Amino acid sequence: MGIFNQLLIIVFAPLIGALLAGFFGNKLGRVWTHRIAISLVATSFLLSLKIFLSYFYGSAEPLNQTLYHWASFGNISIQVGFLMDSLAAMMIVVVTFVSLMVHIYSIGYMQDDNGYQRFFSYISLFTFSMLMLVMSNNFLQLFFGWEAVGVVSYLLIGFWFKKESAIFANMKAFLVNRVGDFGFLLGIGGILYLFGSLDYAPVFEKMQQAKAMQESAQGVLASGEVTALGALGLEKTFSPWAGVEWSAISFICICLFIGAMGKSAQVPLHVWLPDSMEGPTPISALIHAATMVTAGVFLVARMSPLFEFSETALAMITIIGAITALFMGLIGIVQNDIKRIVAYSTLSQLGYMVVALGVSAYSAAVFHLFTHAFFKALLFLAAGSVIVAMHHEQDLRKMGGLRKYMPITYWTSVIGTLALIGTPFFAGFYSKDAIISAVAEAQGWGSNFAYFAVMAGVVVTALYSIRMLLLVFHGPQKMDEHTASHLHESPKVITYPLLLLAVPSLAIGWITAEPMLIGGYFDDAIMVLNEHNTLAHLKDIFGNAWAFALHGFVTPVFWLLLIGAIAAWFVFAYQPQLAELLAKVLMPIRKLLQNKYYFDQFNQKVFAKGSLGLGRFLWRYGDKAIIDDGIVNGSAHGVRKLADKARKLQSGYLNHYALVMLIGLMVLIGYLYLRN
Amino acid sequence: MLTQIPILSLLIWLPLIGGFLVLFGPGDKMLVWSQRISLVISIIVVFLCGLLLYMFSGASGQMELAEYAQWIPSLNINYSLGVDGIAVPLIVLTGFINLLVIIGAMGSIKFRRAQYYSAALLLTGLMNGVFAAQDAILFYVFWEAMLIPMFLMIGVWGGPNRIYATIKFFLFTFFGSIFMLVGLIYMGAKAGSFNIADLQKMPLTMFEQTWIFIAFVAAFAVKIPMVPVHTWLPDAHVEAPTGGSVILAAIMLKMGGYGFLRFALPITPDAANEYAWILIAFSLVAIAYIGFIALAQQDMKKLVAYSSIAHMGFVTLGIFIIFKLSNLDASSMAVQGAMIQMISHGLISGALFFSIGVLYDRVHSRDIADYGGVVNSMPIFGALMMLFVLANAGLPGTSGFIGEFFVILSSFQADWRIAMVAASTLILGAAYSLWLYKRVIFGKPLNDTIERLEDINTREKFILISLALMILALGIFPQPLIEIMQPSIEGLLNLTQSKLEGAA
Repeated sequence: MGIFNQLLIIVFAPLIGALLAGFFGNKLGRVWTHRIAISLVATSFLLSLKIFLSYFYGSAEPLNQTLYHWASFGNISIQVGFLMDSLAAMMIVVVTFVSLMVHIYSIGYMQDDNGYQRFFSYISLFTFSMLMLVMSNNFLQLFFGWEAVGVVSYLLIGFWFKKESAIFANMKAFLVNRVGDFGFLLGIGGILYLFGSLDYAPVFEKMQQAKAMQESAQGVLASGEVTALGALGLEKTFSPWAGVEWSAISFICICLFIGAMGKSAQVPLHVWLPDSMEGPTPISALIHAATMVTAGVFLVARMSPLFEFSETALAMITIIGAITALFMGLIGIVQNDIKRIVAYSTLSQLGYMVVALGVSAYSAAVFHLFTHAFFKALLFLAAGSVIVAMHHEQDLRKMGGLRKYMPITYWTSVIGTLALIGTPFFAGFYSKDAIISAVAEAQGWGSNFAYFAVMAGVVVTALYSIRMLLLVFHGPQKMDEHTASHLHESPKVITYPLLLLAVPSLAIGWITAEPMLIGGYFDDAIMVLNEHNTLAHLKDIFGNAWAFALHGFVTPVFWLLLIGAIAAWFVFAYQPQLAELLAKVLMPIRKLLQNKYYFDQFNQKVFAKGSLGLGRFLWRYGDKAIIDDGIVNGSAHGVRKLADKARKLQSGYLNHYALVMLIGLMVLIGYLYLRN
Repeated sequence: MLTQIPILSLLIWLPLIGGFLVLFGPGDKMLVWSQRISLVISIIVVFLCGLLLYMFSGASGQMELAEYAQWIPSLNINYSLGVDGIAVPLIVLTGFINLLVIIGAMGSIKFRRAQYYSAALLLTGLMNGVFAAQDAILFYVFWEAMLIPMFLMIGVWGGPNRIYATIKFFLFTFFGSIFMLVGLIYMGAKAGSFNIADLQKMPLTMFEQTWIFIAFVAAFAVKIPMVPVHTWLPDAHVEAPTGGSVILAAIMLKMGGYGFLRFALPITPDAANEYAWILIAFSLVAIAYIGFIALAQQDMKKLVAYSSIAHMGFVTLGIFIIFKLSNLDASSMAVQGAMIQMISHGLISGALFFSIGVLYDRVHSRDIADYGGVVNSMPIFGALMMLFVLANAGLPGTSGFIGEFFVILSSFQADWRIAMVAASTLILGAAYSLWLYKRVIFGKPLNDTIERLEDINTREKFILISLALMILALGIFPQPLIEIMQPSIEGLLNLTQSKLEGAA
């Protein structure tokens, strides 16, 4: 079987699962629904793994093939097709693996739910959409996948549609994402304008040429005589108003990044992600931690040939990412809802990935995406396991001491937490350390601030992670009698996925860190200008995965991590009264954090209320007062008088009207006839 | 042998004759027969549409399947029919929607049913006539005659405020068309022919063009409708019965777009070029301003009506942006976008009005506040409505995406700021569509009535599922439609362009 056919199976197997579960779920029954859905996703995963290994060990060539022409006319041809290369191969493994784990886990988690089949239909549909997104070879299909994952996310956040908070959260998620998509679509418009095509290939080809020209003729270009972009006809500008000119490439990159900000929940478009926790926990793991929210990171990495030529966009990315990484992490410290803590942690980690993109360390960003998918999915699923055990109680303050009842959940959570805070040897260490050292190397605008943010972020991450671990699994039991008496470890369909995710969270870095970070695994997909290569120096200290981890113990990052962890232990476990005292002393900051910097209130008051108010105003005064009453009134008034008379003519019988019409026609024709 | 069939005449006269047959034949007394005749004729019309697609080659971009007969020789007014790639999809859409309207009426119309079927059939024949007419006067006759059955549909089966709505509807549209008639007569007298192709070839001075263009805009802008002559539409929709709303939104609005393409661009290219910026500006106003207004609506039908106006903004934007574009590919994309938007909006707004009809038949209210949690008792309906709402918000993979996508991308080539305003629909469209859905469908059942609603029956399922399938099919694979239209669109653009250059 050819590679292309395998790709087709990878993509469409989950779609078939979704359709079967969605349309025939009731006939199939629960058991057959999940059997079919799981076996189709498993097929998808096994083939993805095979393809990934062919890139990882076999250095397979990129494959770019069209499936069908979606729309073609004149010289424009827009198609549906697939691009498989090292980046896409890594993404499909992550997507299908986490999806498979979540499918299995959901058997246990959703067993009492009426919408069982619907749930499996949605998550399979999500898998399909996400695969369409990452395997696309053009912007149309990318946008399709992009919106499709958004819709499934919308459906899943609102899965429990009777809950008012859930149906508010899903609409919010969709609309905030649409703000991002607004930018994204303009970016796509810019691509068509500048490159005359919506396919990736011609865009990348031109940018590769630009890179080659720029680097071979460094001297000429530096003197400002000619730029590579200018020579290739890419140096167009947009002028928003007289006297201001924006470079087209920067414009496009910023627009595309606005799209990425929506999906990957970067400040200020992050507001939807914490609320998305209203959905069932398995989807928080799959969609709002491991896969969909990383689509923005994937997008920028995929478009690295473009972003490399826009210093402006890169600076913006660095700063936005840094703000998200630090300030969203801080909110995590004051949250008491177990899922929301993990959600803020996801925001913060997405910030790390975005910072890495901003300093051109695309490989480090997607590598963090890769490791993060495993340990964050693990943490979410473990949180779900706790929530089930606690009878759907999510408040940390009512937990404690769960360690002895739920050993598997506990130990897998420990692994996930250690990976998250970047403990050497764990998966998260390799990716996070690479990001931090890349930021340290970076020269671009905003990189100093970014360095501070990612370093401080290490302390913050350790603080909220260890706090959560301690309050949930250690210390005194704070739940009520009834719940306490029922506490037990979750069933195997829940613990097995945890164990299977714990393995890569611990060990995946040992095998993959070296090729992905310094070995040039991504070379066929990611383009970095020599002058931006912030990961080059890693070669000097890396040696191998083992040595890198050992070196990790003597870096300041590790000390910051220890400070955070110890502080968390000291405040929240050793001296709990200190936590209360600090809460009082730091009240203003605490309040700011608890209100999440007032983003929600602001959006609600200004954008939501404002738009509605504007709509009402325009309707009342524009349409009704000016147009209808003002302009139409005079004639309408006359008409009403006429209508009183006309009403008598209105018999309601068609033949009367036909007659009148005929007379009218005859008069008209007669007039014309006489006139001639 | 097939080519011998006067297919266009059949498409016009079969429903017309059928309409009169139902009215004067069995009528309400033998309702079963009225139903049977209407249904059979509607099904035959759909088959004829299939046959039309089969017979239409579309490669040349010229008028095909022409039929010709003398009508009023002394004035050189003729019964001249023909279709190109722009008209064919609209005729097919008309036939398809008509069948659904007839089927829909079988459950939801309670009195004077035979007359209702008859009105729907008459409308179908007349609308087909508008799209197939190649003689300007013939076109005008169909154009005006079409108002009568629609006027009746709203006036007889409409809501409480129907008289106001019908008069407003009639006056607005009639007011516009009168100017067009004057323009057509002037040109016909000058050219000595009312053949549209002859009018398109005729050179006109800038002065003449300006006045004729204004006349065209008066007719077509009201019909489509453009801001600020749009206020008849929400009223008409609110009062109209379900079938009336569906035909109005799905087909009648498209006549405006069709008229711009068939008349305004090729006949008055210089004037259109000169004033394109005004129409572009009003299109953008329609997209943004109406988007906000839709957000504020309390009445489901009004909300969808306003959303229609916003969507039609993309049609006029796509048509007039071509004057700001320098290459044929971008212009083709713009007009393709406008055309696909028309077809797609026919399906989506049709589906939305049917859906509202389904709710109205059960709850007898159009007020959003009277609903909530419908999905609990009507899950299948909820799922279908989800699709329609998302399609209305322009979701890729549905037909609603393509038109907006093409128009936004092509207007970016002209000026990115135009694209930016147009792209605001991504946010506004999603906001009013999803908010509607949230308030009506999601949530706990609002009251006992809602809790006890019956899910859609087979008849309603047939209607909504066939629309859903069309919306998805077009969204996933629009190429067949694009191929039918492309030669004609290119022909039209070249004709317009050559006349522009000739004048310069």
